Amino acid sequence: MTLEAEKQRPAIHPAARRPTSLFRAAAAIVWKDLRAEWRSKETVSAMLVFALLAIMVFSFALEFDRTGREASSAGVLWATLVFAGTLGLGRSLGREKDQGCLDGLLLTPVDRSALYFGKLAGNFIFMGVVALILLPVMSVLFDVSFFRPLIVPALILGILGYAGVGTLIASMSIYTRGREVLLPILLLPIALSILIPAVRATRGLLEGIPFDELLVWFNMLAATNVIYIALAYMLFDFVVEE
Amino acid sequence: MIEARGVIKVFGLRPVLRGVTLTVGEGEFLTLFGPNGAGKTTFLRIVATISRPTGGQIAVAGLPLPARADAVRGLLGVVSHQPLLYGDLSAEENLRFYARMYNLRQPAERIREVLKAVGLHRRAADLVRTYSRGMQQRLAIARAILHDPPVLLLDEPYTGLDQDAAATLDEVLHEVATRGRTVLMTTHNISRGLGLAHRVAILSGGQIAYEAPRDGLDVVTFADTYAEVTGMAGVR
Repeated sequence: MTLEAEKQRPAIHPAARRPTSLFRAAAAIVWKDLRAEWRSKETVSAMLVFALLAIMVFSFALEFDRTGREASSAGVLWATLVFAGTLGLGRSLGREKDQGCLDGLLLTPVDRSALYFGKLAGNFIFMGVVALILLPVMSVLFDVSFFRPLIVPALILGILGYAGVGTLIASMSIYTRGREVLLPILLLPIALSILIPAVRATRGLLEGIPFDELLVWFNMLAATNVIYIALAYMLFDFVVEE
Repeated sequence: MIEARGVIKVFGLRPVLRGVTLTVGEGEFLTLFGPNGAGKTTFLRIVATISRPTGGQIAVAGLPLPARADAVRGLLGVVSHQPLLYGDLSAEENLRFYARMYNLRQPAERIREVLKAVGLHRRAADLVRTYSRGMQQRLAIARAILHDPPVLLLDEPYTGLDQDAAATLDEVLHEVATRGRTVLMTTHNISRGLGLAHRVAILSGGQIAYEAPRDGLDVVTFADTYAEVTGMAGVR
């Protein structure tokens, strides 16, 4: 073992004094989460299997009711996404805590909000991947075309809001013993304010209602996102520090 | 370099630290001994800015905590009994991630240096989950010194290591600690703790119960002192 290079370095590395920007730190966390997920496939595969099974169950349960199946397709999509998302949030934050890596993140000289935005972005991507796979499957099983241009902004706003508030709640629940139970109990009531406009907007789009009439739901989704993400930004520091 | 005055930490109604006063000078290696539950890890987590003190004052390099925590974090390298590494990433990827978080210039060169320093450069591309416990701990040291911090905090770094791995860790710690770094290490292993230290202290009952220079202390007499101070026997 040679330590010559280590011995010859100056006592204090000048880079240690330069702060890391919020964007750079958040991007590093996203890169790390995606890389680890690409290797292990633990989070997305679990979410995906759960989501596919859930829509199969809904599909069989509504098999003989064509009208009901079409009418409920937006609700089924969001209910499935929300439960699969809860599973992903618990795994994503739980893995940081179990391996002690959350301490490693907290030790880095970055603004704590960078940790929040990095984890939020990772969770958003995981839920987005599941949603993209669910859409064609649901189109076939429910005989409803989800391929409409405005479905994408509705999905982005809904998933962003859910991942935004979910990342904060999951960060709180990982310190508790019954975190698998506590996360949905705390998260789902809060997430109703995202779920309701998301379902209404999606259902309206599937029924061909003009966008002007659906704007109120999109506005509500955008406003809820801003409020929840701003609150999480302010609270995250207190949540992760002992 | 590290100055703690009357540091108090209370979890709920349970006081863990009851007024810890301790100073570690620049370039000094201080080993903090104490039995399980004495508050060693809690104290180290406060110095590491992961935990906020309930009372008292603490400063690192003259920067008060928690007010200047962001600045202090850039000066600290921490090795704990957990490696704080991602098993699904390779050693090189783990260090590249932390290099980004520390905003290092020329990270590739620095990563090669630290991996060589801990003897893992030939296994740089292997996933961390395939490493032995000793290798993970050596990589944890590489992570801790990646940004060349002037202060090292070592929390029970020998936990879970066999004799060979502990001896290798000793060698690596000795090299990284003898470069003018300030080191605060907690342990309840007396022989290993005395080996590297310039000064020793014993934390018992949430307070510093004993403090002395390393010179003139041997394992046997210090074990007797430790047993007397902590009220525990058979600690050698």
